[in-house]
Amino acid sequence: MTKDGALPKGFERPSRSPSQEKYEKVKSSSKTTTLRISKFNPESDSTSTFSEFKVHYQRWTTVLDAILEVKSNYDHSIGVRYSCRQATCGSCGMIINGKPRLACFTKISELDSDLVTVEPMNNFPIIRDLAVGFERLIATHKRIKPYIIRDDSEVTSETKEFLQSPEDVEKYIQFAGCIKCGLCNSACPTMATDSSFVGPQALAQAYRYVADNRDKGKDERLKIIDEPHGIWRCHFAGSCSQVCPKGVDPAMGIQLLRGYLLGYRK
Amino acid sequence: MEKDRKEGIKGMANPGRYGIERVAYWLMRITGLGLLFYFIGHIYETSNLLDGKAAWNSMLELTQTTEGHIFLTLVIGMCVFHTGNGIRLMIGQAGFGLGKPSRADYPYTPSSLNMKNKLCIYVSIGLAALAMMYGLGVMYDV
Ligand code: HEM
Ligand code: SF4
Ligand code: FES
Repeated sequence: MTKDGALPKGFERPSRSPSQEKYEKVKSSSKTTTLRISKFNPESDSTSTFSEFKVHYQRWTTVLDAILEVKSNYDHSIGVRYSCRQATCGSCGMIINGKPRLACFTKISELDSDLVTVEPMNNFPIIRDLAVGFERLIATHKRIKPYIIRDDSEVTSETKEFLQSPEDVEKYIQFAGCIKCGLCNSACPTMATDSSFVGPQALAQAYRYVADNRDKGKDERLKIIDEPHGIWRCHFAGSCSQVCPKGVDPAMGIQLLRGYLLGYRK
Repeated sequence: MEKDRKEGIKGMANPGRYGIERVAYWLMRITGLGLLFYFIGHIYETSNLLDGKAAWNSMLELTQTTEGHIFLTLVIGMCVFHTGNGIRLMIGQAGFGLGKPSRADYPYTPSSLNMKNKLCIYVSIGLAALAMMYGLGVMYDV
């Protein structure tokens, strides 16, 4: 390009660059929806309110994309937690159109609605707006001892790998997929009324380790969950499994654990 | 409350959002409480026998009214659903009929919410409806 901005001889500036054209085309094919975001600051507000925004979306736009667009362009104060944007870190759980879902794993187009309402997860304390506190979930998770327990786990010069067959792995690997997003605890009807309930997330993890044949902590863990606010508070309503974004199926893990406690499984 | 966003009884009792299993959970609770209520009333009703034949007969007449018929029809329905779904729950909660754990694969259909369980719920509801119709037929002599 020459100094005054004119193109060198022989070159012609296209009226619109191909990428710009593509962008315009995509933009004109985009639809709009109303995004309602729940706003609540526990330090200053007594109830939550909703802020509404018109957002453009494509077939592939996720709810998280839309929230972040609003956050960078219209309201910087929106409190939202996210990290991986690919259903791996478990940070972005929220109530989307009435159901607990991952915002990064939910496309606006799949909601099939002119209105997208996002609220913080139920059964968790609100930090601000859409971000909730995970202290209780982490505490119950820790309580069931989420690690392999055995006497000979100290590494010595004699230590070898613990061998497992593919069949052994199959017994627990589904439960090892838990990303601690808390959607299951948010959907659970027992969690809705009992804050001391250990919850589907931790119970599913108790099963994950009990079913692992390298682990020797079965009795220890069964004792931890066999208490008044423990496993017996589950009524197999299945809502945890209905909302789990990783196919963990906590409801199955919980009933299988009960099988151990009732003596049907060894 | 807003701070903790615990859903409370309202969320616990809202059956609409999570599929038929959550509806069954709700029905189980309602019918369990309904049966408990009926059971207490039933003890009171039958204890009237101690006050002699007249008292007993006047008590029985209550069940011969339209309200009495509707009430008894509901009791029949509650009994049948609660028993049918109760058997499903006892089997499931003992760890049977849930499918086997396996590597999770998209779209992650949960195996514990399988067709066997759904079918049991629908059959329990269907049997309850049939029993209610049969009961109505007997009570109204059709
Ligand atoms: C054959 C008859 C019955 C069977 C198989 C049965 C089975 C069950 C089962 C498995 C549960 C636990 C449900 C859960 O985990 O959520 C339950 C709950 C309950 N049942 Fe029954 N039941 C029967 C009869 C009765 C009767 C006659 C009454 C009333 C006197 C009754 C009152 C209740 C109540 C109040 C609950 C608690 C409901 C809840 O917490 O959701 N049941 N029943
Ligand atoms: S079991 Fe599923 S829903 Fe629950 S915390 Fe783990 S990944 Fe999330
Ligand atoms: S941002 Fe990581 S799970 Fe959604």
